[in-house]
Amino acid sequence: MSTRALTLTQTTIGKKALMAVSGVVMVLFVIGHLSGNLKAFQSPRAFNEYAAFLRTLGPLLWVARAAILVSFLVHVKAAMDLWQRNKQAGAGASRYHGQKKQKTDWAALSMYLSGPGLLFYILFHLAHLTFGYYLFGEGNVFGVEGYAFDEMNPYNNMVLGFQVWWISALYIVGVAGLGLHLFHGLWSMFQTVGANHPKYNGLRRDLAVGLSLLLALGFISIPVATLLGGLPPTTETFYFPELKH
Amino acid sequence: MIELKSREPAGPIEKRWTEHKANSKLVAPHNRRRYQVIVVGTGLAGGAAAATLGELGYNVKAFCFQDSPRRAHSIAAQGGINAAKNYQNDGDSVYRLFYDTVKGGDFRARESNVYRLAELSIGIIDQAVAQGVPFAREYGGLLANRSFGGAQVSRTFYARGQTGQQLLLGAYASLNRQIEAGTVTMFPRQEMLDLIVYEGKARGIVTRNLVTGRIESHLADVVILATGGYGNVFYLSTNAKGSNVTAAWRAHRHGALFANPCYTQIHPTCIPRSGEYQSKLTLMSESLRNDGRVWVPRNAEDATKDPSSIPESDRYYYLEERYPAFGNLVPRDVASRNAMYVCNDGHGVADAPDSADGKRRAVYLDFADAIGRLGESTIRERYGNLFEMYERITGVNPYQKPMKIYPATHYTMGGLWVDYNLQTTIPGLFAGGEANFSDHGANRLGASALMQGLADGYFVLPFTIGNYLGEVRNLEPLDEDDAVVRDAVRTVEERLTRLVDAPDAKTPPEVFHRELGNIIWSKCGMSRSGEGLREALEEIPKLRERFHREVRVMGSPGGMNQNLERAGRVADLIELGELMCIDALTREESCGGHFREEHQTGDGEAKRNDEEFSYVSAWEYTGDMAAPALHKEDLTFEYVKPTMRSYK
Amino acid sequence: METRTLTLHVWRQNGPTGTGSFKTYEAKDVNEHMSFLEMLDDLNEKLISRGEEEITFDHDCREGICGACGMVVNGYAHGPRERTTTCQLHMREVFKLGWTEVWIEPWRAKAFPLVKDLMVDRSAFDRIQHAGGYISVRTGSARDANETPIQKQIADSAMDAATCIGCGACVASCPNASASLFTSAKVGHLGTLPQGVPEREIRVRNMVAQMDAEGFGSCTNHGECEAACPKGISVDWIARMNREFVRAMVTAKDDVDARD
Repeated sequence: MSTRALTLTQTTIGKKALMAVSGVVMVLFVIGHLSGNLKAFQSPRAFNEYAAFLRTLGPLLWVARAAILVSFLVHVKAAMDLWQRNKQAGAGASRYHGQKKQKTDWAALSMYLSGPGLLFYILFHLAHLTFGYYLFGEGNVFGVEGYAFDEMNPYNNMVLGFQVWWISALYIVGVAGLGLHLFHGLWSMFQTVGANHPKYNGLRRDLAVGLSLLLALGFISIPVATLLGGLPPTTETFYFPELKH
Repeated sequence: MIELKSREPAGPIEKRWTEHKANSKLVAPHNRRRYQVIVVGTGLAGGAAAATLGELGYNVKAFCFQDSPRRAHSIAAQGGINAAKNYQNDGDSVYRLFYDTVKGGDFRARESNVYRLAELSIGIIDQAVAQGVPFAREYGGLLANRSFGGAQVSRTFYARGQTGQQLLLGAYASLNRQIEAGTVTMFPRQEMLDLIVYEGKARGIVTRNLVTGRIESHLADVVILATGGYGNVFYLSTNAKGSNVTAAWRAHRHGALFANPCYTQIHPTCIPRSGEYQSKLTLMSESLRNDGRVWVPRNAEDATKDPSSIPESDRYYYLEERYPAFGNLVPRDVASRNAMYVCNDGHGVADAPDSADGKRRAVYLDFADAIGRLGESTIRERYGNLFEMYERITGVNPYQKPMKIYPATHYTMGGLWVDYNLQTTIPGLFAGGEANFSDHGANRLGASALMQGLADGYFVLPFTIGNYLGEVRNLEPLDEDDAVVRDAVRTVEERLTRLVDAPDAKTPPEVFHRELGNIIWSKCGMSRSGEGLREALEEIPKLRERFHREVRVMGSPGGMNQNLERAGRVADLIELGELMCIDALTREESCGGHFREEHQTGDGEAKRNDEEFSYVSAWEYTGDMAAPALHKEDLTFEYVKPTMRSYK
Repeated sequence: METRTLTLHVWRQNGPTGTGSFKTYEAKDVNEHMSFLEMLDDLNEKLISRGEEEITFDHDCREGICGACGMVVNGYAHGPRERTTTCQLHMREVFKLGWTEVWIEPWRAKAFPLVKDLMVDRSAFDRIQHAGGYISVRTGSARDANETPIQKQIADSAMDAATCIGCGACVASCPNASASLFTSAKVGHLGTLPQGVPEREIRVRNMVAQMDAEGFGSCTNHGECEAACPKGISVDWIARMNREFVRAMVTAKDDVDARD
């Protein structure tokens, strides 16, 4: 027996707690992100003003980015540790002949798929709308004819992309995956941090279902609206010095 | 010549245990770790003893055949545990519990032991609560009690219908604490197959590691057997499948006297058996009799009718009619025997007739009145888990239809003879809990088994073992290479080889076990007659002989072999069964769980014979199974004068 | 009384190191009132009679309380009936589902090494309890049982957790082979009661450390354990354990040793 002191992060529960806390940070970010995106429905100007406003935050923006990045890394690392551990534990959701799932659901069983899936989706999303200008400059984005970025017009950068069916499809699948991940993740988070009380346990499920549905549908509404012609590209021109690359 | 010295202290009964302790030897704390104590069995008695001895600083090795000490059969006790706390202010006291127990035991127990038991009952509850046993509580936060098994005071503490489980988990927790502390080493999946006696003293055991099949010797200064009862001699009983008499029987063959084997308790409220394949019977707590009414159809032809179609006037509430004062709460033996009688008379209501005698062996236990009076939710609160269990097993919902019940063997009062210190006739060999014969006389009160197991384990054995070690001080050194130890190991190995290599091996051990059960149940069960017992004594030796010739054990003794385990246990149960019948035959009286048809009053009540039989029958193994030597320990009653029981 | 013939595919494996496989048997005259284990008893008797080695499986009390039995029946730990141990599963339930073929397997988890056939070694559970599954009270030093009143709801709730029989179905059914439900029931039983409060922090840390050291998987909140638990122990206990554990790790003034 070792005499090394037990540390929280080396335990399974500790790792799960890390996942819960980092998950919360990311969910808060996602909520903020959605509320910004929905400004598209207000007006292209509101959307672009918001984008410019974010740039005015300066160091605060970097703090937020760092927090998200750290959360993301912690989340992934803990997940990988646990995944490996569970594999070694001789686990498997179908290790018996004709095994039946009784309580669990597809969302829970697919966390190890929706997680990496989200990773790819986020990379794509970052490559597209965050770092796209560096990648494509003013040339064709993803090689799509006639789709080029305007530094000063994030709104158009988005909706022009969503007018491309396969880009929209990728986004829809991506955020649906996010909803699925959160459907289990949010409820799981309550369990993991021990936020339970017989009186309010039902509420936890409702909250998890409500929030994951809200977020997924909220994000999906934008490409869908774009495809249906509800969010046409704007012809207005903008100048926000903050958006200058 | 064995001399039965009970080592009971004299003087006023309420001071005996205190004075006995004051006059006993002790072992100094720093010396305790020099002594090795073996505890066989980890139920309430064994688990509690091992934990407490470990706590005191002895070096303890504990053994159980189960995969974990937590699975000992004490776990299955449902109803509760008695204690003379008098929390209900209903007139209970140590004296009353003592009195009830002596009387309940039909004046066949040692007064001093019983008094001590009643005295220690109080501390058990304190101990259990401190360990975290979640006994039922009232809204005020204080402990709840119920009246149990006909007691006229409410002195029974309970944890839903799982009191045994909770108390065992308490003892197991204490044991775990000692295992972690290093004072107790646990040997699960190890079965004791012989006792090692050296220079007249118990000095160790021979075990079989059930996983590897290895025969091992374990040496010690003291051996405690807490290996439970022998109810499985009936094949069908409420005991666990693994419960067996082997450890006690091997000790018996080494010279430990076996006391009162014919005192067996038949529990009245069990689920009737449904067919030949039945592997065990399930008891439902007799607390059910507090609210359930027992009846059968008055007309035998109604036996197969839907009970709800039988009008009140055609229902025979036989216990209420025959015993107006106690009604459905008459003692276990009375309730059981009456169920047998009404079924003998053709009023039984079992789905199918018994294959042995064609009688339908079951009676109704009806909750319709109680549900009407108290509401289904109250009944659910009180007995929910029992009702659920009944439904699970029978497929019938007892909230809607009356339960069907029939008696089944539940507990054996007989066991290894022990003195006041719980020491057997082999020095250094102690027996606790159901494995000994000590406190219940000819019949045990409901909710007293848990009490006795824990009293022995927590409070008596840890103390009397200190006394023994203090007396003998330094035992002769003995090591594994000694011829005595090597012989013991070889004997066990040879016995196992004989079982595996029976000359005409063809029949699985269960077949013999079932045959044994049939003999004992019909001839040495709820009701016994000289004639039946003599028949049984003709049949059992033949069965034994046939067993050793024809038993089939597949595989080898080297490795996990449940077939072999069972064969070994059946072999010993057959021998015990014979002794049981011999004991029943020589006890020409009816008392407690032993009812001899020749000895009953005009209205069919048990007739005790205090003149001639106020003694403990302690049997010595002589080498000839058919002729064990009887030793008698006379019983004297200074406090509770023997009276005829009357529950009318 | 209904009887049927069933085809049984039983996992046979000689020891922990051997490789096992399903062996097929015909179980004839299976009676609806038989328990599942009685059906196996009957088969075993027939196997012995015809000179084959019987199927090894753990069992003892046969009334659903000792926790010894346990096998996976057609993909369900303990069989298809909820809140029921294998010994209390009666064949009428199997008949109701119309099954004619039954696949019987041992609990499968690294921390439960196989002993033989359907029997596994669950001593990991014992070791988790050695690590702290107790309240340290010396025999004889207890105060009067009624000295501390305990709110009925608290006592009842502790009893809900204490009812665990340690059968291992939670581990067997968990997609991660996690022992969280078992450990949390033990932690919860003792931690809920006032008697258990003084050791709460050290208990939960040591027990969780041991649970991890045994090589069980982690809880990812599938809830399969709760569905398989023959005593209906709720996953709420897991949440409670997590809370207690994290709190103890963050706030306790002392350290406990890691276990491996």
